[in-house]
Amino acid sequence: MNYHILQKSSLDAFIKGLAKKMKVFAPVAKGDNNFAFQEVTTAGEIALLYIPTILPPKKYFMPQREKLLDFDISKGKPEDTASVDAPEIALFGVHTCDLAGIQSLNMVFSEKPRDYNYLRRKENIFILGLECNDYCDGHASCALVGNHYPNGGYDLFFTDLGDRFIVHVGTHKGAELAEGLGLPKAATADLAALDKVREHKKTAFQNEIGVDPKKLPGIMAKGVESAVWKDVGSRCVSCGNCTNVCPTCYCFDMTDTINLDMKTGSRNRTWDSCQYETFAAVAGGENFRHERAERQRHRYLRKFKYSVDRFYRFFCTGCGRCTRTCMAKINLKDTLKALAAESSSVGH
Amino acid sequence: MTEEIKNSNWKLRKGQIIAARQMTPTEKWFDIKLEDGDLDHEPGQFVQVELYGIGEAPISVCSSPTKRGSFELTVRAAGRLTKHMHSMDTGDWLGIRGPFGKPFPVKLMTGNDLLFVAGGLGIAPLRSLINYVIDNRREFGKVDILLGCKTPADMLFGDEIAGWQKRLDVNFSCTVDRTAPDWKGNVGLITSLIPGVTINPEKTFGVVVGPPIMYKFVIAELLKKQLPERQIILSLERHMKCGMGKCGHCQIDHPKNYYCCKDGPTFTYEEVKDAKKL
Repeated sequence: MNYHILQKSSLDAFIKGLAKKMKVFAPVAKGDNNFAFQEVTTAGEIALLYIPTILPPKKYFMPQREKLLDFDISKGKPEDTASVDAPEIALFGVHTCDLAGIQSLNMVFSEKPRDYNYLRRKENIFILGLECNDYCDGHASCALVGNHYPNGGYDLFFTDLGDRFIVHVGTHKGAELAEGLGLPKAATADLAALDKVREHKKTAFQNEIGVDPKKLPGIMAKGVESAVWKDVGSRCVSCGNCTNVCPTCYCFDMTDTINLDMKTGSRNRTWDSCQYETFAAVAGGENFRHERAERQRHRYLRKFKYSVDRFYRFFCTGCGRCTRTCMAKINLKDTLKALAAESSSVGH
Repeated sequence: MTEEIKNSNWKLRKGQIIAARQMTPTEKWFDIKLEDGDLDHEPGQFVQVELYGIGEAPISVCSSPTKRGSFELTVRAAGRLTKHMHSMDTGDWLGIRGPFGKPFPVKLMTGNDLLFVAGGLGIAPLRSLINYVIDNRREFGKVDILLGCKTPADMLFGDEIAGWQKRLDVNFSCTVDRTAPDWKGNVGLITSLIPGVTINPEKTFGVVVGPPIMYKFVIAELLKKQLPERQIILSLERHMKCGMGKCGHCQIDHPKNYYCCKDGPTFTYEEVKDAKKL
């Protein structure tokens, strides 16, 4: 039974102790019910009760902009080197939806040809998860995709038991930290309290759209020509917010930057979005997803159909960020419900 | 905390242009020698060409792997990078990643008749296979090459094509959409050449490469000839940015969610007939 106990009164000492070893990042309140992962040095800065942060912790694994190559073209034949900044850091307070997001990205970037920039950074990130005992808000759909419970992906996992946290050890690295800090082992009463939290969640969290998730890939496949996409497309403004805040969106662009000396420069990767008009355009002039409706459909297919075919999992973690951030009020749960309703009414 | 990644898949091979020639006002041909040896590609594959400080673009290799020591690209000035590439010449260096992509199914084609249909710049990727077949001629059955261009002046690889026309082991026909005063050949769309070709559908592969608009009409003609869907091979065009099935740009709207760079660019018609666009 690999559970430890951390008294809430000791959280500050815990964070301070961790911060001595490595930079610690955790959710911090930014006002107006917005939260962001940022560096903390004390527990007081951390928002323990928070709705999903504006950007998911993806930003530490796959930064919005990162250098892939440095090059030097001053000597005729070009020279280049690939390097990565992979500092040892800790993420504290990662919800289960975001743990699922990190697991998804791990699969993508571990697939050959491997992306060593991502993989080196991942190795150096220590993950401390935090359970949601209740819903964050009405936009989440974590129960639909089964991410309201922890499904691995952490070194340590914290569940709030009122005056204390029960801490599950997920990895050897996590065990070393918990034992190094002398966290006591959990007692039978603590485990019973954890069971009670989980029991409560069985009723607190309910499949948000009332559709069997196993049917979603089929509903997606069947709904390719649905009028739902026309409606969604007519409202979408192609801003790309939904993909930027998504914990599993990883599409990227690459650009060169030349320094003022005109001899050296770098090749960089930045986040891109399949919602942008030119995303699937080719130099010859053809645009393979010219319509907003096609691009929105593509986004949903990548979350509920393609990812299931390719990685055997949904790339929607149920965090609700795309709905929260959408300026056009495109709602993930409503879209899924509309597709499901259409699918069941048009027969099999 | 910066560390070097020696095995990074983003690292570039260094290539030097050893010959270059302007083929038409919009197409330029380059012969490129890599400092670390042969490209080691197969017909139908592509490379990412990096012009340092400008960026990268995917370009089909137009030479056969049977040609050793260097490889060739034919580049149409269509975008920012390719326009810049037209200003490059012999002696200039560039970066290369690849080869990438699934090649034409050369092994499956062995012993079969081949019908090549190229439209416009489609001759570039197809040339990597045509020259491979010519260099291994006895391993294949009857070979027909059909080529279509807008005007006679747009024809690429004119000297080489004159050589194909003279060969006794290859049937070559060509057509232009719009004629010119000195043109003695066919005038009309490429589809007009297909009815004239005799096909044994059981042992023929049709390999079709051209602009997206061409596929629909050429495939319809080939199906009329009873050519099975899995013996019609296409090379699709998408913006293949990373070449590694990750960046998302080249994904095809198809139930099988192919990445053109990794699952393609060559596909059988059977594989991609359900795509929203070819």
